[in-house]
Amino acid sequence: MIVADRKPFDEIMGMIESCERILLVGCNECVTVCAAGGAKEVALLASQIRMKRKAGGRPIEVDEKTLERQCDPEYAKSLAETLEGYDAVLSIACGCGVQLVAETCQGLRVLPGLNTRFMGVTEEHGVWAERCQGCGDCVLDRTCGICPVARCAKSIMNGPCGGSQNGECELRHDTPCAWQLIIDRLKASGELSRYGEIAKPRDWSASRDGGPRKRIREDMKI
Amino acid sequence: MRLSYPPSVKIVKVPCTGRVDTIHILEAFEGGADGVCLVGCPEGDCHYISGNIRARKRVEYARHLLDEAGIGGARLAMYNLSSADGPKFARVTREITDRVRELGPNPVKTVSGLRSQVSG
Repeated sequence: MIVADRKPFDEIMGMIESCERILLVGCNECVTVCAAGGAKEVALLASQIRMKRKAGGRPIEVDEKTLERQCDPEYAKSLAETLEGYDAVLSIACGCGVQLVAETCQGLRVLPGLNTRFMGVTEEHGVWAERCQGCGDCVLDRTCGICPVARCAKSIMNGPCGGSQNGECELRHDTPCAWQLIIDRLKASGELSRYGEIAKPRDWSASRDGGPRKRIREDMKI
Repeated sequence: MRLSYPPSVKIVKVPCTGRVDTIHILEAFEGGADGVCLVGCPEGDCHYISGNIRARKRVEYARHLLDEAGIGGARLAMYNLSSADGPKFARVTREITDRVRELGPNPVKTVSGLRSQVSG
């Protein structure tokens, strides 16, 4: 899932400073699961905004809505019909959702309420961690299901580097060395001999280095 | 026991403090409450195992949200006491009432009142 964090409250209040009526829009997908932009978070942020503005003597009207998926035109378009009278739309979806809503709601300010962080997993209740960088050329078959691109700070393909200390990355003690994890798992599955295979230099053009990416399925187009 | 507690305290019954969501707390303040106090069972005595522990964490989070919104997290409190502890209940309601009285009215309510006076 895409994991995001709510922006600092003061930053959000600054963005809507001049507004008197806004629509706060959440998303029922990834940001609901990571508790950043679902219906619950919409209700909490809306309440906070209303209270802050009311206490400051400048009440604001905040309407609440949560779409099934903000990153899908089918749902984003449904917003366009209900925007009359709003000064802005505050979206607490990931950056993809904010952009599609902005495309759909032309002529209206669409503001981001979240900072989109990474693609990751739920490690435990309330803890999410990065697992994929969408590099476009998956190597998990060679690394026992542990991604050296996303989980190694240097994204090196033949690790570990000299900064690996007692299984930890030199960047932070709470970050395991991805290559140590790979070696441990190779050992556990009796495949340590594969560690000797040297990975060739990667073609990073499938990743962000090749510019914005697009996927087209001609058979699905209508 | 015929114990008395401040008449300004309004009791909202829930099956367990674990039922109380952060939004319930914020809605109380948005509705004009000057203070909110969660009263849960003693830690370790929750019939639902960890409802009161979850509630305490939510209270901490709600305090942070209230601070951000300019309401003040100090208006929110949580106590743990058993249902057989009437005297302690009377004491904590007096404590929270005194604390909230020191903090003054909920700023949302104050401004709302002023506005209605102006418009009226």
